[in-house]
Amino acid sequence: MDSAELESLREEIKKRDQEILCLKEQLRDGPSSCQQSDRSSSLPKLRSINEELPPLSRLSLSNAEIIRYSRQLVLPEFGVRGQLCLSQCSVLVVGCGGLGCPLVQYLAAAGVGRLGLLDYDEVEMSNLHRQVLHSEEKIGVPKAISIASALQPLNTTVEYIPYHTMLSPANAVPLIRQYDIVADCSDNVPTRYLVNDACVVAGKPLVSASALRWEGQLTVYNHEGGPCYRCLFPIPPPPETVTNCADGGVLGVVPGIMGCLQSLEVLKLASGKASSYSGTMLMYDALDGRFRNIKLRGKRVDCAICGSKSEPQILKDYEVFCGSSASDKCRTLNLLTAADRMTVLEYKKLLSDGVSHLLIDVRPQVEVDICRLPHSIHIPLSQLEAGNAADLLGDKTGTAECGGQKKLIVICKLGNDSQKAVKILQGLSENGVGKFIVKDIAGGLMAWAEKIDPAFPKY
Amino acid sequence: MVAPINLQLEFGGGAELLFDGVKKHHVTLPSQSDPWDIKHLLVWIKDNLLKERSELFIQGDTVRPGILVLVNDADWELMGELDYKLQDQDNIVFISTLHGG
Repeated sequence: MDSAELESLREEIKKRDQEILCLKEQLRDGPSSCQQSDRSSSLPKLRSINEELPPLSRLSLSNAEIIRYSRQLVLPEFGVRGQLCLSQCSVLVVGCGGLGCPLVQYLAAAGVGRLGLLDYDEVEMSNLHRQVLHSEEKIGVPKAISIASALQPLNTTVEYIPYHTMLSPANAVPLIRQYDIVADCSDNVPTRYLVNDACVVAGKPLVSASALRWEGQLTVYNHEGGPCYRCLFPIPPPPETVTNCADGGVLGVVPGIMGCLQSLEVLKLASGKASSYSGTMLMYDALDGRFRNIKLRGKRVDCAICGSKSEPQILKDYEVFCGSSASDKCRTLNLLTAADRMTVLEYKKLLSDGVSHLLIDVRPQVEVDICRLPHSIHIPLSQLEAGNAADLLGDKTGTAECGGQKKLIVICKLGNDSQKAVKILQGLSENGVGKFIVKDIAGGLMAWAEKIDPAFPKY
Repeated sequence: MVAPINLQLEFGGGAELLFDGVKKHHVTLPSQSDPWDIKHLLVWIKDNLLKERSELFIQGDTVRPGILVLVNDADWELMGELDYKLQDQDNIVFISTLHGG
């Protein structure tokens, strides 16, 4: 059996697994379970973002609620009053990932009235190390549905409203108006600006957290005269300075900790208490084990969205405003023309034809440790950018003229860094250091794993 | 002339990656005719600490958008931003805002 057949078998198994999952869910929703009034029997249904939600109204706690929440009811700062406030409060959670999972888990357990669960994405294997309410059997399922079905057995008295959609300038304000508090658990810059602006327009507090690598940040925007996100960051960061979890990495427990702290601030607001983080930002460095609270500026009088000078207005396009897309998927660079690139299929053919060449892997060491093509030599892009590329080539090949190779081929994970490396190496060739042709492999090692060698790991 | 001053500089949120991954730097700014302010400090950092790709840290005469500057744990906006006059033993933090979740 060749590798293509193996791959198609794997695809088939994945498809059948998903069919079984769907059938199981239908079975759970079937006639026998419908007869029970217990809400745990039915899987939460996706909801339309336009659906109008009825107001929540609670006057007293039932005996079942008293025993369930007894350990928090006896806290003098919380008490029956806090619990009733909480049960009448609705929270919109933007992003059901690494922050969203622990956040909603504690909100649901504590008895919040209604949870809006918004995410445009589906569960992937590489999410599970940090997005701890999703599970292996939910791979491919919309995150909004997956998270709601994980919460349902925890607390059936909470109303879960899953939205499998992207927040947009058209839907953000009407949706946010239906909720009392918004939690920003998103993973990209345009969404963070959009959520902020919509909260300002709708007049809702925004409890915002973020995490990457070993660090986290938390603050409450647009609350009690405090600043909004744009007061702090009037101009979006240049897209090339923004790192996502796939590129930068993240230890799962770091968003876990930040999501728990975020949940705590939502619970304080929802139960009628003051938040500790309006006008204050918490910064957590997990590697040093250090929390730092910093005092933030006040609201900016000239803030483009919450400033006093004009009526707040949502922008038409936040992706244009930020110069990046509203997702955490990796960016695709186009620095080279087609003539300077080859596909993985073309590279496979070059290998089979035995064409003499030097394959240079420019990924960081930590990624080369995960996997590599055995015949490649390793020169990280950072070294090419910093040092003398000609010397590096000479060192690695043992000769000054790149081991006499006339053809240099550069590879990285996805085909972005390899283009930068080609530019640097072409510069060498033009300066007469060596005469060689340089190309990169479009799509990089992940395209190699996808199209040529299914046994090669994806990460 | 003002006397040399000692500062602790800290970089975080990924900004440290532009400084060989080193988060804390104890530095001494030399004696000069005018008092040191943050504007001068940024030029000093660019000349003495930043090895490459300075545009990922400094744009024009200020930090690039998305970097928060803290003076002794307070937002620099409360302290006069670029014009803040540095004191001996000040702790100046440059932290890149995070967007992941």
